[in-house]
Amino acid sequence: MQERKSRFTSLSGFDTNRVYSHHDLKDWLPEEELGAPGEFPYTRGVYPTMYRGRLWTMRQFAGFGSAEDTNRRFKYLLQHGQTGLSVAFDMPTLMGIDADDPRAHGEIGHCGVAISSLDDMERLFDGIPLDQVTTSMTINGPAAVIFAMYLAVAEKRGIGLERLDGTLQNDILKEYIAQKEWLFPPDPSLRLITDTITYCAEHVPKWHPVSISGYHIREAGSTAVQELAFTLYDGLTYVETTVKAGLPVDRFAPQLSFFFNAHNDFFEEIAKFRAARRLWAREMTRRYRPSDPRSAQLRCHAQTAGCSLTAQQPMNNVVRTTIQALAAVMGGTQSLHTNSMDETLALPTEEAVKLALRTQQIIAQESEVTNTADPLGGSYYVETLTNRLEEAALDYFRRLDEMGGMVRAIERGFPQREILDAAQRYLREVERKERIIVGFNEYVEPEARQIPILRIGLEVENEQVARLSDLRKSRDSFRMVGAVEALQEAASCGENVMPYLIEAVKAKATLGEICLALKEVLGIYRDPVVL
Amino acid sequence: MAVASQPLRILIGKVGLDGHDRGVKLIARALRDAGMEVIYTGLHQTPEQIVNTAIQEDVDAIGLSILSGAHRTLFRRVLELLKEQDAEDIALFGGGIIPDEDVPTLTAAGVKALFRPGAPMEEIVTFVKGLKPQG
Repeated sequence: MQERKSRFTSLSGFDTNRVYSHHDLKDWLPEEELGAPGEFPYTRGVYPTMYRGRLWTMRQFAGFGSAEDTNRRFKYLLQHGQTGLSVAFDMPTLMGIDADDPRAHGEIGHCGVAISSLDDMERLFDGIPLDQVTTSMTINGPAAVIFAMYLAVAEKRGIGLERLDGTLQNDILKEYIAQKEWLFPPDPSLRLITDTITYCAEHVPKWHPVSISGYHIREAGSTAVQELAFTLYDGLTYVETTVKAGLPVDRFAPQLSFFFNAHNDFFEEIAKFRAARRLWAREMTRRYRPSDPRSAQLRCHAQTAGCSLTAQQPMNNVVRTTIQALAAVMGGTQSLHTNSMDETLALPTEEAVKLALRTQQIIAQESEVTNTADPLGGSYYVETLTNRLEEAALDYFRRLDEMGGMVRAIERGFPQREILDAAQRYLREVERKERIIVGFNEYVEPEARQIPILRIGLEVENEQVARLSDLRKSRDSFRMVGAVEALQEAASCGENVMPYLIEAVKAKATLGEICLALKEVLGIYRDPVVL
Repeated sequence: MAVASQPLRILIGKVGLDGHDRGVKLIARALRDAGMEVIYTGLHQTPEQIVNTAIQEDVDAIGLSILSGAHRTLFRRVLELLKEQDAEDIALFGGGIIPDEDVPTLTAAGVKALFRPGAPMEEIVTFVKGLKPQG
């Protein structure tokens, strides 16, 4: 029988055979490569019972408009069965810029919530019990400042910091690599991350101070291999920096978490999650010899691939998201966000978000895939893919080592160029119809179906600017200036900045003011132009 | 000497705060591969920087990418500045996450074309080539 194509390849470009068998797994010892779920090297999952014990956390990323708007969306999601919060900040906040900065004009509240001060943070979490929910905050450049605001809100409400649970993305390396939202140069940025890790180890032990993220690397166009390799190498860089700063590995490594993309190639994605766990366990053990087994366990959040969604025939996105979410679950994720069908057009509407959440609930409650740990373990194909992904990632590790580590590689534009080349290869494949995207380059319909989209009015910006102006007038400016100067002093002499940041936000210094003060001490960065 | 044999000069840039540069870089590569002279500004440009660079570099057109939802403000600002600087001969086009209903208002304001997610690269290249009549 003639085959449909001369060559079958995975989304990352691996040649795929007609069938896989024991011949593909020669010298492959399951006790070494797999172990049991909850046992080294954790290929089959980090917990012995996996979803039989506890389902993954259903965590929908949300944020738009004002703090009140987002607070309402949070309460809506919690009412509909969501089990954790995840804050999306707007572009000015992500860049450490206040709402009344001219560069922020037109961007307030558009792709997340606008937070410029402690007052905004208080309104964002109004009526939400911080000691009973887990909160994830997607912020990187100014992560330490936003975290200080969150801690200050808890303190004000009399909640002990040791009771707070959640995640700060705080992964600056992938910003230089892919998402491009940084404030300071790489080396001082790494120091701020070490400060948050150290502060958490001492004061906020349940918190996850860094979520080492491949998601954005993949969205920028990388392959699954690049996502895996660059993300884990970023993670090893944070561990190395923190260990060098004097914190023993077991004091912080168990609190590191990861964040991966769940893309279209079902089996390759499952293999990616499995390879990530095995690779992390092996590298952490080899490099740092931790005594706490949790230091070598990779726990992760996953989000379905935004870049796989199409503006054309948006309802099709529900189906894509379902397949991707299923891959993340079969891959053993601890937490999941499913994208909404309208996200190539604007931020999602309430209805679209609910459907995305229902998708997870259907997988969790109806498909019965949760009944057993690592259901594809032992599959000739999935094990072969897992091996290949691990080997290919190790190959990147060697190249990065040779370049002198990730920061040096970033300065040379290496990961940036690798990703751009992969994005271009993919685009060509789609344009040549070597890859079919339903409704986009095949089964195309002339008229786009209109779906309702969420609009952010300019009144959000006006309100936010007015609030900030009130804050600047009403605060004790002597106290504020004193706190900011103390922060600069701490930053320049290498003290941990976290306590000073908390004081500064409590003195009502704004996000923009704090970030500007830190830039004076830590410097700014322009990336190499990679084309 | 035919003036038309001069390659098109195109400024490709990211205006505003968002850092999503996958699309814009692929477009810059495609235009370059099609024989145009591409000046890529890098990230986080203000409308003022974009227009100043465009004038200094004597470009035929500006292509801007915006994925943060700030397109309504930013495209208008660039058009205003081009007008102020008497540089309305520089064509402005763009792309990004731009809802359907914003397209007519922006094109009426003077944006020559807006390419949304999924626009074929060939269409963009053909459009840009058509900005300068070949003689």
